[in-house]
Amino acid sequence: MHLAYPAVLAVLLFSIGLYGVLARRNAILVLMSVELMLNAVNLNLVAFDVWLRDTLHAGQALTLFIIAIAAAEIGIGLAIVLMVYRNRGSSDVDRLRDTAETAHGPDAPGPHGGTSTDREEKAEATA
Amino acid sequence: MTFAAAATHGFLSPAGVEIAFLLVGVVTLGAAVITVTTRQLVHAALWLVVALGGLAVEYLLLTAEFIAWVQVLIYVGSVVVLLLFGLMLTKAPIGRSPDADSGNRWVALAVAAVAAASLVWVVVDAFRTTWIDLDGPAQGSTKVSGEILFRHWVLPFEALSVLLLAALIGAIVLSRRDGEEPGKVPASRTAPAARGGKDSSSGRADRSAREGNS
Repeated sequence: MHLAYPAVLAVLLFSIGLYGVLARRNAILVLMSVELMLNAVNLNLVAFDVWLRDTLHAGQALTLFIIAIAAAEIGIGLAIVLMVYRNRGSSDVDRLRDTAETAHGPDAPGPHGGTSTDREEKAEATA
Repeated sequence: MTFAAAATHGFLSPAGVEIAFLLVGVVTLGAAVITVTTRQLVHAALWLVVALGGLAVEYLLLTAEFIAWVQVLIYVGSVVVLLLFGLMLTKAPIGRSPDADSGNRWVALAVAAVAAASLVWVVVDAFRTTWIDLDGPAQGSTKVSGEILFRHWVLPFEALSVLLLAALIGAIVLSRRDGEEPGKVPASRTAPAARGGKDSSSGRADRSAREGNS
């Protein structure tokens, strides 16, 4: 088999995952896109391991390790997303803007005027 | 002699392996595109199953059997179920949700297209004349994988098990309700005991048992 087939498939999967990470709003959909990117890397590792006929089979061992680490990552990530959802009532990534700097600096009142209530909500959420 | 030659091949000829790889690759790519573009959140998880299952078939075609079955078990079996649980626990809407994509999707599309174009160009240019030799014994059978994993990669394997344990404990600690320190009973748990009646004795016994444990 031509080596370009699995390599190009992995590249396209990685790009699709990249689009999903950048374009999705729900945090769980972002996690799904991260899974797609990790799987693209796994396909590359397996294809190059089979091509090189490695005696240590480093590619396949690394693939197994990446699968286990991805399982750990999805568990921790979902726990964090659930905690954010419990504190905020939504898991949208682009609404979590607490650490974003406004144009007036981080301590100046924002342009909306409702900053004090926002800050109280933040204090409740972090307490 | 012909039988021995046929036995070293898989059940597909080399051209058949290529055709099957291309067909399954097209299905995988289509499922991945639907996963990142659909507006129904549960359907995204279900199309992710198709994409990951297609990748498992690609591993099988690359003679890495063990990885294929691990992929089916862990990704299709547990990760997607975890994602579905996460979608339901965050009360994801079942129908179409119009705000599934954020406002910068065109920027994201441009970045992904540029990345795909440049990487495809580099990869095709670099591996134009290389071929994978899939003949001979399978390189990823369970026997081979077990031998290399427990002969050469034992130490990373054990370290990985410690990491999984740490991730498990971390997920438990993160997903507990706040204020539940061990030995300190939260107010919501003591409320039925304080309200008295028949529940008080059992609540107190529960509380003393919990304090005895800690």
